[in-house]
Amino acid sequence: MISFSQVRKSYRGGHEALCELSFGIETGELVFITGRSGAGKSTLLKLIPAIERPTSGTVLVNGQNIGSMRRAAIPYLRRNLGLIFQDQKLLYDRSVFDNVMLPLAFTGHAYKDAARRARAALDKVGLLAREKANPITLSGGEQQRLCIARAVVNRPSILLADEPTASLDSASAAEVVEMFRSFNQVGVTVLIATHDEALVQRLNPRVLSLRQGRLEQ
Amino acid sequence: MSTWLRQHWQTFGLTLRRLARNPLATLLNVMVIGVALALPLGGYMLLQNLSSVSRQLTRNPQVSLFLALDANKADITALEGRLKQIPGVRALRFISREQALHSLKQSEDLSDVIAALQTNPLPDAFVLETGGSAAELEQLEPQLKALPKVAHVQLDSAWVKRLESLLELGRMAVLVLATLLAGGLVAVTFNTIRLQILTQKDEIEVSKLIGATDAFIRRPFFHLGLIQGALGGLAALAIVYLCMHVLNRSIVELAQLYGSDFRLGFFGFPDCFALLAFAAVLGWLGAYLSVSRHLSGIEPR
Repeated sequence: MISFSQVRKSYRGGHEALCELSFGIETGELVFITGRSGAGKSTLLKLIPAIERPTSGTVLVNGQNIGSMRRAAIPYLRRNLGLIFQDQKLLYDRSVFDNVMLPLAFTGHAYKDAARRARAALDKVGLLAREKANPITLSGGEQQRLCIARAVVNRPSILLADEPTASLDSASAAEVVEMFRSFNQVGVTVLIATHDEALVQRLNPRVLSLRQGRLEQ
Repeated sequence: MSTWLRQHWQTFGLTLRRLARNPLATLLNVMVIGVALALPLGGYMLLQNLSSVSRQLTRNPQVSLFLALDANKADITALEGRLKQIPGVRALRFISREQALHSLKQSEDLSDVIAALQTNPLPDAFVLETGGSAAELEQLEPQLKALPKVAHVQLDSAWVKRLESLLELGRMAVLVLATLLAGGLVAVTFNTIRLQILTQKDEIEVSKLIGATDAFIRRPFFHLGLIQGALGGLAALAIVYLCMHVLNRSIVELAQLYGSDFRLGFFGFPDCFALLAFAAVLGWLGAYLSVSRHLSGIEPR
């Protein structure tokens, strides 16, 4: 489903974020990517939706080569991915409900169908009662859950989460992780980047540990 | 196809709601575009009205022949005979100096002046029509001038020609003005869209991240440019219409003094529609340029 082979990513100025990285992730796996900040976790996650392109090596996602992908094909790749960002990237000029509706706007769903899906996603993360609220009024944990609802509303086959629990207290973090596990149980491939060791130990999943851009095993 | 239409329809509604959310900014933009378009449009309206006057005048061009003051009855009869022989002369009318003076006395403003005159200063005159064009009439002019006892030949067509060349000048001026201000409209839209892109930077970034195509992201800005252009065109039509009404009050009074029922007329439906379409296309063009220039700069990192 996702395969990295000999992937190197260096930024302008010579900083090498990833170095000779090779691994594969099968459909339905739950994988944690750990490491100190600056180890290359975010860069790794950004390569999958083609936010960044590899400097050398191959990244394959669902059989598509990210390095040589045409710009016009990228949106269609991303529609099959659910992205949860460190900084959440919610839109504060519209309601919780409209935030979740955003990914459905360009996939050609009729409004009724889209609204039904959006409410189902909100229900799954326990925010259905807050659908009319502005995201700014939500707590940190609720905002993160809203971010998850927006990521899953298109029913992606892969979920990518970058530090989803970084700004949450331990109770909210546990809720969020539980959600990822339940998505994984229905067959979604989940990749979570985190430096939260406690989180990793509790779930006992497969772990890719990064140190200075290389896999530590 | 139905998806494509639905998306356009949704975008259209979204754009209208966005415009309505910032009524003052929208109004100001529309006013700027409206005023810019109203200038050439107003000029065009005046030109059209003047052209229709000039067409009426050229339909029946006339020549006035003023006779020498010492022409006597015999001279006049001889001249009339010769004029009738000129090929192409369709109507010939004699206006004696007494008739001319009488009709002048009818006009209130001049009656005092006329009464003060001791002798009649007006000459006898012939007015003739050929039914031909102004150009044919002009060819006749030297022949008419050569006739005995003819003191002066006055061609209507001479000042119609002057009016025509003035109108031509006016058309050029309107065209130049329209071109300049069309450029202005594109620039105004370019800037509005630039600001709109900046305000929606977050939304654009998030949309790109979750799989929106470039076409989808551009679409609302094209709609915005198009709608704003069309609203500006509508404003221009309203401005010109109001100005025409104000002017017509004075023009009708003035025209009555000359015994005319002339008044400014407005554009027909096809012209109004063409203007709206033109303004909308210019708005779209401004949006297109702005989007091509600014949207690629927003890439998620």
